[in-house]
Amino acid sequence: MKVSYAPLGDTGMQVVFGTEISKETNQMIRRMTDHLKTHPIEGVTEWVPAYTTLTLYYNPSVITYRALQDSLQRIFQNVQEQREAASASLVYILPTYYGGEDLSFVAEKNGLTEEEVVRIHSSEDYLIYMMGFVPGFPYLGGMSDQIATPRRDDPRPEIAPGSVGIAGSQTGVYPLTSPGGWQLIGRTPVKLYDPDQEEPILLESGHYIRFEPVSKDEYDRIEQEIERGEYTVQTEKKEEVMP
Amino acid sequence: MSNPIFQIEKPGLLTTLQDEGRHGYQQYGIVASGAMDPYALKIANFLVGNKGGEAALEVTVMGPELKVLSDSVIAICGANLSPRLNGHSVSMWKSFAVKEGDLLEFGQPIEGARAYISVAGGYDVPVVMGSKSTYLKAGMGGFEGRSLEKGDVLSKVGNASGVKGRAIRPDETPTYEREMDIRVVPGPHLDAFSEEALRTFLSSTYEVTPQSDRMGYRLKGPKLEHRSSADIVSEAIPLGGIQVPANGQPILLMADRQTTGGYTRIATVISSDIPYLAQAMPGCKLRFREVTVEEAQEVYREKDRFLRTLERVAVH
Repeated sequence: MKVSYAPLGDTGMQVVFGTEISKETNQMIRRMTDHLKTHPIEGVTEWVPAYTTLTLYYNPSVITYRALQDSLQRIFQNVQEQREAASASLVYILPTYYGGEDLSFVAEKNGLTEEEVVRIHSSEDYLIYMMGFVPGFPYLGGMSDQIATPRRDDPRPEIAPGSVGIAGSQTGVYPLTSPGGWQLIGRTPVKLYDPDQEEPILLESGHYIRFEPVSKDEYDRIEQEIERGEYTVQTEKKEEVMP
Repeated sequence: MSNPIFQIEKPGLLTTLQDEGRHGYQQYGIVASGAMDPYALKIANFLVGNKGGEAALEVTVMGPELKVLSDSVIAICGANLSPRLNGHSVSMWKSFAVKEGDLLEFGQPIEGARAYISVAGGYDVPVVMGSKSTYLKAGMGGFEGRSLEKGDVLSKVGNASGVKGRAIRPDETPTYEREMDIRVVPGPHLDAFSEEALRTFLSSTYEVTPQSDRMGYRLKGPKLEHRSSADIVSEAIPLGGIQVPANGQPILLMADRQTTGGYTRIATVISSDIPYLAQAMPGCKLRFREVTVEEAQEVYREKDRFLRTLERVAVH
């Protein structure tokens, strides 16, 4: 894998890992951020992983562009040579009531029954490639083309938090009320963004999401448990095969 | 200990609490926010004896009317929006005492777009994810996650007396022109643009349009042509990034920008020139000048040394 570096003004640097969106690229970026967590570079204030890039923000009074590039080059070589696996990924299990307003449209569009759409959508573990757009929003990869559906012609002005939707070949969950054109197939009571919590964001890039179908009663029960602060999101360790 | 300092009589156009911004959470999609003009914020804080990164009131174009609820020392830096205390104009870039019952108000905007009102001790609002900054779109931080409204009461932390009559040297006081030269580091997506695009960008004048807010400024000027697509795979977007969608008209990304975006970017404004952009009103004309990352970092370090010296003197 070849990487390139580019300045973003005087306080940012972008590291580019090719142009291909893939699990391998995501793993490499994750191994870099694992390293940055355990061996912080002085002067680096934060970083943002994305599909094929890792962006770092830093203080030029502490480290110059050139010195930061040299440090990152060394880290990249180390990480690549050692071929050490990235830290273990978790699968976050999101109980989901599949009663979305567009479920029948998604089924019809793809020549499937609603049950088949639910089965296909809930049988995959979706890799969180990056976070962004709004607080706590995960960009997910890995949805089956069998249920791919174009965005709505007419976006909704307001979509409720926890709504699970499909846009083209992507699936996602809305962390907070926002407008949007996604086809809504279900809803999870789990809060991806909760400003009242010490850790307000549930998810992190490099982990996975699985949607677990639940009944409306089950949904209501979990929602009440969440309100009372008695619910813990279930996670599983993801078995990874090294590329 | 918390003491009421201001009651909002009139909120003004957009008055929010902002500090240096919310850093460390962009990887979770949390927008950085913070003062549009970090230079004026820091100076306003130093003048009253606060640390540079303390939160201040960011006042936009048409200022608020504030009733003073307790004796304090405050300072106003940034745009000259004609501040008056009990009907008499007060100096900018200089700390002064206010007394219980005083009325602080603003008049015509003379120069610049955003002013900062600091108070000795700092404003007393919860720290959310390391910051007191308000992010309006998610209702996060600042005063109840929103801009100030009539009837709100703001409190300050403690009862610091502060230092009145402290000013900075006039040559360190910026002036905000209607035409500005703004320095940029080109890239990172130059390959996505036509050969002429960067030349056009660096040799033309772009006007700030009314479609401009804390999130970003839409500019109007000669079209910047793409080679093929204006879209990229989504990636992090920096403060000062200049994004060019398919219509070829640049958008300057400011404090409330999203953390990630999917449009090609032709250049990034250097951090030392962000404070000037923060003061640009619609109709302002911008010319962009290319600098290397090394030059930009030299400018950064010089400014940083100056601010750190000031902080040492100002904060005991």
